[in-house]
Amino acid sequence: MEKRVTFKGIWLPLLLVLPQIVITAVFFFYPAGQAIWQSLFIPDPFGLSMKYVGLGNFEYLLGNSFYRASFVTTAIFSVLVTLVSMGVALYLAVLADRLIKGSGVYRTLLIWPYAVAPAVAGVLWLFMFSTRVGVVTWYLGLLGYDWNHVLNGGEAMALVVLASAWGRISYNFLFFLAALQSIPRSVIEAAAIDGAHFWTRFRTIVFPLLSPTTFFLLVVNIVYAFFETFGVIHTITAGGPQQSTTILVYKVYSDGFVGQDLGSSAAQSVILLLIVGLLTVVQFKFIERRVHY
Amino acid sequence: MTKRTGMVEKRGSGYWLTHVGLIIGVLFIFFPIWLAFVASTVTQADIIRPPMPLWPGEHFIKNYSEALVSGINAPVALMLLNSLVMAMGIAIGKIIISLLSAFAIVYFRFPGRQVFFWLIFLTLMLPVEVRIVPTYEVVANFGLLNSYSGLIFPLIASATATFLFRQFFMTVPDELAEAARVDGARPMRFFLDILLPMSRTNIAALFVILFIYGWNQYLWPLLITTDPSMNTIVMGIKQMLPTGDDFANWPVILATSILAMIPPVIIVISMQRLFVRGLVDSEK
Repeated sequence: MEKRVTFKGIWLPLLLVLPQIVITAVFFFYPAGQAIWQSLFIPDPFGLSMKYVGLGNFEYLLGNSFYRASFVTTAIFSVLVTLVSMGVALYLAVLADRLIKGSGVYRTLLIWPYAVAPAVAGVLWLFMFSTRVGVVTWYLGLLGYDWNHVLNGGEAMALVVLASAWGRISYNFLFFLAALQSIPRSVIEAAAIDGAHFWTRFRTIVFPLLSPTTFFLLVVNIVYAFFETFGVIHTITAGGPQQSTTILVYKVYSDGFVGQDLGSSAAQSVILLLIVGLLTVVQFKFIERRVHY
Repeated sequence: MTKRTGMVEKRGSGYWLTHVGLIIGVLFIFFPIWLAFVASTVTQADIIRPPMPLWPGEHFIKNYSEALVSGINAPVALMLLNSLVMAMGIAIGKIIISLLSAFAIVYFRFPGRQVFFWLIFLTLMLPVEVRIVPTYEVVANFGLLNSYSGLIFPLIASATATFLFRQFFMTVPDELAEAARVDGARPMRFFLDILLPMSRTNIAALFVILFIYGWNQYLWPLLITTDPSMNTIVMGIKQMLPTGDDFANWPVILATSILAMIPPVIIVISMQRLFVRGLVDSEK
């Protein structure tokens, strides 16, 4: 798509794009290039020179059991976060959509956790489930359940999933509610006249009509779980216990900044880059297809 | 005659069940915040003897003023200021550079325009988390650690906003630019007098999204602000948690958490329509 009417001049437009070019070049393309470049080297122990190893860092990573475990952890974590937050959001959106009046009030009440930073959400959930002072921990103790996410990897995973999904419900709720409200009432009423009950209508009409939104949200939530949950993991578990909550982004950070293993960290960045690229392609393909709906 | 019920919308018992379901959802969402608020109004002694009370205590002013004035590593008032500068810098900075470059690529034909457009496209897909180590080195080499510029610039180095403004400018009728040209208006006059006022809603919607994005940043400030006086509030909270076996000072930490969420929550609620619009625009 091009504009028919344009202004003349070459220097003015170049001047206009200059700030963006400079900032993006310095803080985006140069570092991204560096990440790719560094992933091909191993620095010597004194940090004085770099040894070229080709794809050695990648081979090492893919053969490394900790890294492969981190892949599995990330997969489990993202799938759980996506399912929990989308499931709860869809449930609430379907309920809100059934109301003739008042869905706006619930929308206001439900959307604001979007504004709570993942790291702050992490602190709130850490407090509730704290092994020593947590309220939920204490009541679980009354029921005879000994909650300890500091030692138990499964409980640690459950806690970071809950904290990450909690803040994400608002976002998914908004998109689901908008999609539900755009379904023509006549379609649903026609089915109701034919005697279809709520569940039948939901399964056979509503859910299929929601599928573009559902698919879009799936991709967006997986990206969220991959990258934006760093704050939750860092505040609640710091990747522990025994790396049971070390997702890939956390590992880039801990290997690069804590472990100072720059070659490996850069190679991990490149792998993440490929994953984001893949997800973006999937998303664009999907948006193209949706045009035909 | 049988009782008539709505075919789609619920009345009677189904109606109340719908409300009950929604209220349970709202309570689930509110519960963590409520607990944090309660804990920020009681004493440390109330908290370390579980279970903590579920109703606010009387130490609201004491805890909040302690947090704001002295905090644990740095006064929270200072961290709030840092967050504000960072969030405003990111939102305003990104909007300005994006408006300018979107104007250039839509309304001019200049050499390198296509290349520029593709470069923009590339940046759409790479979050800062993926390139943290080299970006950190760049910022350190410029001597920008512990500075506002260091906090802001790497986070405005992506072209999402440019892309959005480009999409919007493409929908502006050609006649407007035509008329401006016939009247002999310079391009920048057209930009300032016609295009900017027309983009008001888009700018405001994007501002809401970018402000929240900037305010809630965690990893980047964590890396580059080693000096507590430059900490932003969202990353500063974690620094308040003790690393060893000590009891955390929960009332002050949770008062800080509440303070950290107030500005973005107010923005989301008060500008709900712009927020929803910005969210939908920036994801499509």
